[in-house]
Order: sequence, then C-alpha cells, then structure tokens
Amino acid sequence: MKIHEYQAKEILSRYDVPVPKGQVASTVEEAVAAANAVGGEIWVVKAQIHAGGRGKGGGVKVSKGMAALRDNARNILGMQLVTHQTGPDGQKVNRVLIEEGMDIRRELYLSMLVDRDRQCVVVLASTEGGMEIEEVAANTPEKILRESVDPAVGLLPFQAMRLAKGLAVGEFDPKLVRPTAGMIAKVYNAFIGEDCALLEINPLALTGDGRVLALDAKVNFDDSALFRHKDSLSLRDPDEEEPSEIEASEADLSYIKLHGTIGCMVNGAGLAMGTMDIIKAVGGEPANFLDVGGGVDQQRVETAFRIITKDPNVRCILINIFGGIVRCDIVAEGVVAAFKSLGLKIPVVVRLEGTNAEQARDIINQSGMGALLQMAEGLDDAAAKSVAAASA
Amino acid sequence: MSVLVDQQTRVVVQGITGSQGALHTRACREYGTRIVAGVTPGKGGEDFEGIPVFDLMSEAVAQTGADTSLIFVPPPFAADAIMEAADAGIDLIVCITEGIPVLDMVRAGRYVRAHGRRLIGPNCPGIITPGACKIGIMPGYIHKPGDIGVVSRSGTLTYEAVWQLTELGLGQSTCIGIGGDPVNGTSFIDCLRLFQDDPATRAIAMIGEIGGTAEEDAASYAKAHVTKPIVGFIAGQTAPPGRRMGHAGAIISGGRGTAAEKMDALREAGIHVVATPDRIGKAMAEVLQPG
Repeated sequence: MKIHEYQAKEILSRYDVPVPKGQVASTVEEAVAAANAVGGEIWVVKAQIHAGGRGKGGGVKVSKGMAALRDNARNILGMQLVTHQTGPDGQKVNRVLIEEGMDIRRELYLSMLVDRDRQCVVVLASTEGGMEIEEVAANTPEKILRESVDPAVGLLPFQAMRLAKGLAVGEFDPKLVRPTAGMIAKVYNAFIGEDCALLEINPLALTGDGRVLALDAKVNFDDSALFRHKDSLSLRDPDEEEPSEIEASEADLSYIKLHGTIGCMVNGAGLAMGTMDIIKAVGGEPANFLDVGGGVDQQRVETAFRIITKDPNVRCILINIFGGIVRCDIVAEGVVAAFKSLGLKIPVVVRLEGTNAEQARDIINQSGMGALLQMAEGLDDAAAKSVAAASA
Repeated sequence: MSVLVDQQTRVVVQGITGSQGALHTRACREYGTRIVAGVTPGKGGEDFEGIPVFDLMSEAVAQTGADTSLIFVPPPFAADAIMEAADAGIDLIVCITEGIPVLDMVRAGRYVRAHGRRLIGPNCPGIITPGACKIGIMPGYIHKPGDIGVVSRSGTLTYEAVWQLTELGLGQSTCIGIGGDPVNGTSFIDCLRLFQDDPATRAIAMIGEIGGTAEEDAASYAKAHVTKPIVGFIAGQTAPPGRRMGHAGAIISGGRGTAAEKMDALREAGIHVVATPDRIGKAMAEVLQPG
C-alpha cells in the first residue's frame, strides 16, 4: 500500500526523523493559511500524488512571496499531473504540501527495503540524491552504498556511521556526520515499526544552516502486515486507485485492470499469469489479471463477472479453473447460474480441468446459452476461442 | 525414490483443528501420509479423528517422533509456528499459510537456518511424492509416481503442469511448491540440487514467475551443476511493471524481475523454455524422446 509524501513525513516525524516544516492543503485558501503557519517568505508547493517524477511534470514549485504561492497553488491544485509513472492520462492533484523554503547544499539518497536474495533488510545510500536510483544503479553502481541488516540485532550504530561517512557528509560539514548517522537509525526504526515494504528518502538534504532532513519521503507498507497497523488503513487514498480494484479487494478477489479486450477469471495467481501469457501468444490482449481464489462458487463468479464487465473494453471473458479441491461440476453450475442471473451479453469461454470435468462440460453445453457460453478443450483451445470471440 | 519425503515421513500438523488444517489433514491421511500428531495451543489432550493434539511442538515431537511439520496457522502467528517447529527439532517445515508479513519471514527464515532446518514455503501448496506421501493442499489424484521432479513458485499452475505430465504418462518423483512470497525457505537452487542428486529423478520441470532473481540464480546453478534435462516456464510475460500479480513476490520493480530476462537466463543455461503453459508436458515428452 502506497501513501502520500505528507503522510510519510508525519510518520517519520513520529520517529524523530527531521523533516521540513510543512502543512497540507486542498484549496488555495488553505494553502495560504498553511504558508502563514509555516512562516517565512519562501515556500515550496508540492503536488501530493503517489507517482514519482512530480517535479519534472510541473507539480513542484518554489514560491517567493504570497502572491506567487497563491498562483502556484491555484495552478497545481486540480491539475492532471503527468509523470513517467502516471501513464499518459496523468493523476488529478487534490492536495498540495506547503513547505518552508530552504538553502539546500547537498542532496543525498537513502532507502530501505527487504533484499529478497539475502533475505534481510538492506539500507541503500548514495551521494547522488535527487536522481532515480535505478539510473544511478545502471550508470554508476559504485556510487551505491549498502548495509545488510542482521534481523537478530537490527541496524547497528557502526553501520549507520559507516553510511554517513560513505555519503561524505563530513566533507560538507563535520558536525553533521553524527546527526546523519542518527537520522539513518531513526529511519530504520520507522521502517521496522511500521512494517514498510519500501522507505525512500530522496533527497536527504543537508542545508546551509546546518540541518540534515528528509526533503522528500516515499513509504510503501507491506500489505500482509496491515492487520497490525489498523491506523495505517486510514491513510489509503481511494482517488489513487482503480475503483474496480478497490471493489475486488473488498470482495477478497485479486484483480488488476489492464488494457486489452479479453477478461480473465482464473483460480491461482500463477495460472492467472500463465493464462494471460497464452492469450497474448495467440494474438489477444488480456483486459485484466483476476485470481478468484480457492472456493469458486456462484457468488464469487458473479462478483468477478461484475468487476470484469465494468471495463467497457472487455469483449469476451475467459474462465480458466483448475479444479483440484473444488469440483468442476460445481464450478460449472456456478458459472451458468451467475451468467444467467447477470444476463451477460458478452461471450464467455470456459475451460475446466480436474475432478468431474466431464459433467462440467455437459452442464456448460446444455446451459441453453448457445455460442455465448462455450466450453474449451485445453488451455490453447480456450485462448484461441477467446481471441476469436473477442474479435468477432 | 524421491526427495525429502516418503512413506516413512512422520508428520505433525500445526493448526490441525482449524478449517483448512482439518480439511487437508483428512486429505493427506487418505492419500497415505502418516499424520502422527497435531498442535493447537489450548487444545492439548484432545484428539482430531484419532490423531493426538498437543499444546506445544516440543510435546508433539517428544511423544510421537514427528520429523516433519505442516503449517496451517493464520498469518499473525505463522512465523512463530515456523520457529517453534525449528526449535522442536523438526527437520522439514512445510508452511502453507499465505499473507505472512515479510519482516516476520525475514526473522523466521534466519531462525530456521540458524537451527539447521529446512523450510518449504510459505504461501505454497506443499510437497508430494506421488503414491507415497502428500504434505500439502495439492489434489493427490492428478499425480502419478514416476521420474520427473517438479519445482514451482505457483499453486494451480503446478497442478496444470503435473496434470499435463500425468496425462502424457510422465509420472513424478517429487513435486515441490516453493511458494509465491518474496522471502521463502527452500529455493529453486536447493530443489535443483536435490533432484540432480536423486537417482530416481530423470528430468526436471521448473516453473517460475516474475519478481526477484531466483530463476536467474537457478539458471546459473543449473548451467554449472545440473546434467539432467530441465523444462522451464516463466509466468507473467504480460504483467505490467510495479504491480503485484496476486503473489506477494510476483512484482517487477525497478525494471528488474521481468519474464523476458528470466526466460533469457534459462535459455542461456541450456534449459528448454516454453513460451506458454500448455506446452510444459509436451516439451518434457519431446526432451525425453530418444533420438
């Protein structure tokens, strides 16, 4: 789960990580009030959307004086901000963060995540702050420092100090080395305490007035750990998510909307991906990923049908169920009942394999739905029939 | 012959009295697996359909000689269950539970390794030696005893592959689901090593998916150490970057972990890569065809 920069900074503050003075606003008047509350005469207006690359897209503006602040807030609030991460339609900006303007002298990079290969938390740091870390990794990998954390003891003070030294903080201001190490330790506490999947501070700034602080912050939570962070759930911004994906997750279905014409309903994540792959291989484009899970009954099939058909691009639906524990005849009955109760008008191709597949075939073939509901023999046949139906 | 589990394996089910635990304990027992104990804290002294239930793993092991555990404990308590099994001296821990916090698995994984135990999963279907022992949630009937080793990050996609093999008359030595989480116990490399060393395994089917670099690592290992033929498939060629495709570990991040990269690595290692999942069984038959 992703959250906004202003929310991430509120969390970091709770762990005593220094962040700029700032306040969030959703109208121009609120932005003016926020600027007054923050104080000073220079502010930064920052669009609050989840996607990165906001500055390049025109979503971050330095404002000298209240008139400029007003103009920038008016322009950014409500804009469709397009960045390399939003896709061509962009994302509507509903909030801006108003922050104190600062004398930034150095921009560094700090992030933490779980290293899958080493199976531990890894802390990454670089002197090349303000850039995409993937770019740094590709062009100058030697400029990325890493410390692997032993889960039994956590990030040790000497590791934080080693990172601070590696970031050459001392060359800028020797007095900032220890505060930087201290800040890295606090960021680690936040990462562990909030069960983060990713915590990125880019840039981590050193200022002319001798401060070290998190100038930007990105926090992604581990979805599996949200059960012990009920307060984090309120940070979810539904405007950042596809409505059909929210509805699916509330129904305990794993659904991701894509751009093709063939809707997919499959049990199991791996088989769902495999089904999308074969659709593509025979010349079609999947409209979605959808894992209906284990207990495939009429109600779940109905919910899945409803979510898939909300996408106006869908011209055909492919159902691929490998009935292991679930019996195919029961799945087939559920499919027919759901199809009829929703009065679907688009063709559905069904492929069922496993226990009682023969009976399932009879149930589908005798459903009286004609060509709208047809049975496939095998995965390749199912993909071919779906592609044919979608382009008919 | 097989790897890791056989008729002698003595299994304790952790979370035996829950709905999933109960359902699959019955199915495993019907398949012929020796389920010797169950553990549910607070239900010690009861029995589950004749299987003694204990409060603690240490009691279950001491009184029944269990050497393998099968875990159905819910996510908030699953990491503790894994570590309890490791502490109790269980050599092979099979964790079915999906949705364990990743930081819990980082700790549990270290604990298991420090105790010298082996963990399969979590978020996996388990392990089966057809005709001998089923420790997991896979449907038993789709399998057939034979000499193909199967290793996979997926559940139903593995069933699909196994079913294709069985339909073509190609039985399996052992099938291992290593799970769809980013941090898991047994890796592809571990399984390739086991199958390479198992005289009863003639060829290997390996089913990976997007996310991480486990398949690439396995490819380098296979190139250097595995002489048996391998058929490989990678799910998720059409997956968009940055999105979790159901499994917590199935995500392309920072441009890494794509299906194309993995398929290239596998091909480069001499593995027979199929582009679509319907081809797994047929490709294996072709590979094993003499001449």
